[in-house]
Amino acid sequence: MTPADRQTSTTPCFRTRGLTKVYGSGENAVHALRGVDLDLPEGELVVLLGPSGSGKSTLLNILGGLDAASDGEVWFRDQELSAASQTALTLYRRRHVGFVFQFYNLMPSLTARENVQLVTEIADRPMTAEEALGMVGLEKRLDHFPAQLSGGEQQRVAIARAIAKRPSVLLCDEPTGALDSATGIRVLQALKQVNESLGATTLVITHNAGVAAMAHRVITFSDGRIGEVRTNERRADPSELSW
Amino acid sequence: MTWLLRLLSPLDRKLVRDLWAMKGQALAIACVIAGGVSVFLISAGMLDSLTETRRAYYERYRFADIWAPVVRAPDALAADIRRIEGVQAAETRIRAPLLFDIPGMAEPASGEVISLPDGREPSVNQLYLMDGRLPRPGQRGEAVVIDSFAAAHGLEIGDTLSATIRGGRSDLTVVGRALSPEHVYTIAPGQIVPDPRLYGVIWMSRDALGEAVDQDGAFNEAVVRLMPGHDAAPVIDRLDRLLDPYGAPGAYGRADQISDAFVSSEIEQLSTMGRILPPIFLAVAAFLVNVVLSRLVATERAEIGLMKAFGYRDRDVMAHYLKFAGLIGVLGLGLGGAAGIWLGRLMAGLYTDYYHFPFLVFTANPRVYLLALAITVLAVGGGAILAARRAALLHPAIAMQPPPPPDYSRTAGMGLTRWSLLDQPSRMILRRMVRWPGRAGFTLAGVAMSGALLVGTLYFTDAMEAMVSSYFDQSNRQDVTVSFVEPRQRSAFHEVSRLPGVLAAEPFRSVAVRLRYGPAEERAAMMGVPRGAALSRMIGADGQGVETPPGGLVVSRDLAETLGIEAGDRIAVEITEGRRPELELPVAAVVTTLIGSGVQMELGDLNALMGEGAAVSGAHLVADADAVDRLYTALKSAPGVAGVSLQSVAERNFRALMDESMGVAIWLYTGFAGLIAIGVIYNSVRISLSESAHEFATLRVLGFTRAEVSYILLGEIGFLTLIALPAGGLLGTGLAWYFAEAMSSDLFRLPFVIHPATYGFAAAVILVTTALSGLIVRARLDHFDLVAVLKARE
Repeated sequence: MTPADRQTSTTPCFRTRGLTKVYGSGENAVHALRGVDLDLPEGELVVLLGPSGSGKSTLLNILGGLDAASDGEVWFRDQELSAASQTALTLYRRRHVGFVFQFYNLMPSLTARENVQLVTEIADRPMTAEEALGMVGLEKRLDHFPAQLSGGEQQRVAIARAIAKRPSVLLCDEPTGALDSATGIRVLQALKQVNESLGATTLVITHNAGVAAMAHRVITFSDGRIGEVRTNERRADPSELSW
Repeated sequence: MTWLLRLLSPLDRKLVRDLWAMKGQALAIACVIAGGVSVFLISAGMLDSLTETRRAYYERYRFADIWAPVVRAPDALAADIRRIEGVQAAETRIRAPLLFDIPGMAEPASGEVISLPDGREPSVNQLYLMDGRLPRPGQRGEAVVIDSFAAAHGLEIGDTLSATIRGGRSDLTVVGRALSPEHVYTIAPGQIVPDPRLYGVIWMSRDALGEAVDQDGAFNEAVVRLMPGHDAAPVIDRLDRLLDPYGAPGAYGRADQISDAFVSSEIEQLSTMGRILPPIFLAVAAFLVNVVLSRLVATERAEIGLMKAFGYRDRDVMAHYLKFAGLIGVLGLGLGGAAGIWLGRLMAGLYTDYYHFPFLVFTANPRVYLLALAITVLAVGGGAILAARRAALLHPAIAMQPPPPPDYSRTAGMGLTRWSLLDQPSRMILRRMVRWPGRAGFTLAGVAMSGALLVGTLYFTDAMEAMVSSYFDQSNRQDVTVSFVEPRQRSAFHEVSRLPGVLAAEPFRSVAVRLRYGPAEERAAMMGVPRGAALSRMIGADGQGVETPPGGLVVSRDLAETLGIEAGDRIAVEITEGRRPELELPVAAVVTTLIGSGVQMELGDLNALMGEGAAVSGAHLVADADAVDRLYTALKSAPGVAGVSLQSVAERNFRALMDESMGVAIWLYTGFAGLIAIGVIYNSVRISLSESAHEFATLRVLGFTRAEVSYILLGEIGFLTLIALPAGGLLGTGLAWYFAEAMSSDLFRLPFVIHPATYGFAAAVILVTTALSGLIVRARLDHFDLVAVLKARE
């Protein structure tokens, strides 16, 4: 199934209507999202661009079931996330969502393999930890603790942990933010490969406009609204990127 | 509040806010400190109050150092006694048992009457007159009554009191109410709990009493006060030689004076408690201060770096964190001081119910308060200094960088945790413990200590119960014990056994003896008990009465230990009354008695040794509950009866005492143990949460449910608690054993028995505490701001 095929299928992976998020109230109210309407087809790799405070992280968190919208609707396939209970959201994250964070968030007390197993143990039909770590090129570092791994390696363990459950969506918040460019490229390659082989809809937040070239679709945020949505005719390979 | 904060330096403002943010933990630690301080204050303060009150009372009212009973000695000897070297003052007096007849009261109350010198205050054992006056010389029918007995019967000055003294009935007018240093613990001979209703003391003028008991111009007890610092032994020796021709069973010092023995035993117990408990609390507090402060320093690494970058000196930083601990210490000291004084007063109130001093105020002297302050400073400072030093030594440039993730790769014992059957959450729990074994170890030790404290204090109930059941249900099954004024022929026993309401009766002969083995010598009471005695007898290890083989002795364990004898030895026995035979007798058995001590022999053998025919000193009776009042009435007018003691009432009194004073103490200590458990467990969980907040948030994001994350948060403390339970049980057993050893005295021995329910209760308290502390902290998991936690890097 190519992205083009998927676009023709009726239900998008994510759909938002009038999505609004306000932090605080009264004079201190901060509008993080001001009515976002968005349809994201299954299987695409989407890059979210925009300055700090433009609302992209808020959107990612709401799509990932970490945060609730103040107003509007969010749908994952045919499940309305904006109406889901905390328990339902936990279950949603557990079944469908893989997260990758800027600061990896690995369990320091578990080895690479065990960090991945942490997730495979509670997933429905996971791949093995070895398989997941193989996909990110860490088959030789299975029994190392986070303290023994470089930043790039830790981030790839985090990706392996996110993909081992065969997630429907992969949400990455600044996955290369803490890495140098060579390491960052390895991480992006891993993301691309996972997107292609698993068909997981992948959202990547980045400050780095260069990364946009590898996306199917690029959404630019400004001031809580979507400024621009464009699709790349030709997608660059991460190895062609530079920053 | 805000204006107050503005007065402080910025660093102190930070301190106040930090403390406020950690109020739960700070309070938990303060409570543990308070526990230590208050136990210390209660025991040291009570010890002070009791010791000082006793000293002052004894001094002011010229409490005797030596008592020298005789059968009958001429008054002229008084001058000889006063001339003995080391004697500061001496009095001769008459002392006799009596029976009271209280209108409207069925039970016979017994007691003793003591003579007062005519027309002057005694120079030894003066009375503390609370009301009224002393008897006037020449006034036959006047008596001063001990305050407790007067209060129990509502006796007022001018009331009439009927008493039978040596078979003769007197109607006495109450002219005064008094306390006496000899009767601080006013207890009937052979009893363990005072009963002011059934036992009283009165004082009469020497003339009046001398006539009543046929001791005109004679005395039957000399009381002696020694020169300050003079040794009692040589004086006792001289007295014994001087009084030997007058039927003296032997003089004795304060250690054998029953009231003072009880007061001393209480003081000894207080000091044991004061030695053991406060150090436990303060060690726990020191540890808690250390972990909490270490955690705070770790969290505030960047701030510390910044402070130093701004030019704060190492000692400013160190002082800042020491102040943090200091404030917690001050809070604990304040809480503990207030609780200690309050509880101390409560306890002093309880004491005055049983120990009759003219005054007993809970007043610890300044030294005690200073000591409480010093040990708190030591505990808190000791706990804080390492963490504060670590903060001071942080290099600013390094401090401002985030700390590296904890390295688990090189921890010893990690291999164990690779076990493949483990799920990852359990592995995380296990690895935290392996990575920080000191902390896990102390949490375990703290919880175990709390459990031990529970078992150790609850043990007292078990021991007391065992003591009561052994003493009353096995050793002394009679309802009533009747003692005769002097040994009487067997026929007197038969008369008593035929009184109305008597279902069964058993005679006994009791004589005072001196036991010698090598250089060791002890005074003791020897009981002649009939073969096959079923009511009052010594009980062997099998719970059955010990059969005394012909001519042999059964000796109580404590007596055997003091003398250094065991079964099979032959000891010298000097009977200090009657013909005063000196014998050498075999020890047939040594048995453990829980209350009292002594020697037992077959009644017929004893009679034979005394060469006195079939004489008895009294009888133990089983009474028909429905006819007991008739028995009491008959006993009140029975000739030759010196005293009546009611075992069933004694058992009731004993249980009441247990419920009242032990009850309060035990619940107090249970509460204190709970404080330790809460302090340790709450802080441990709270620190886990703050250290691993990031991990827990990540797990929630990864789709772990709250229950699953709670498992990781609480699994460690749960696991440690489960290990701590048996460890605490074991420690508690040791503590109970120590208490049994340390608190046993000549008066009673605490049996070393712990009921399974005691362990169960202790475990339940710990488990409930763990669960509650866990739930309180877990509630914070529910309010985690996942997004915020993940945005921050550690």
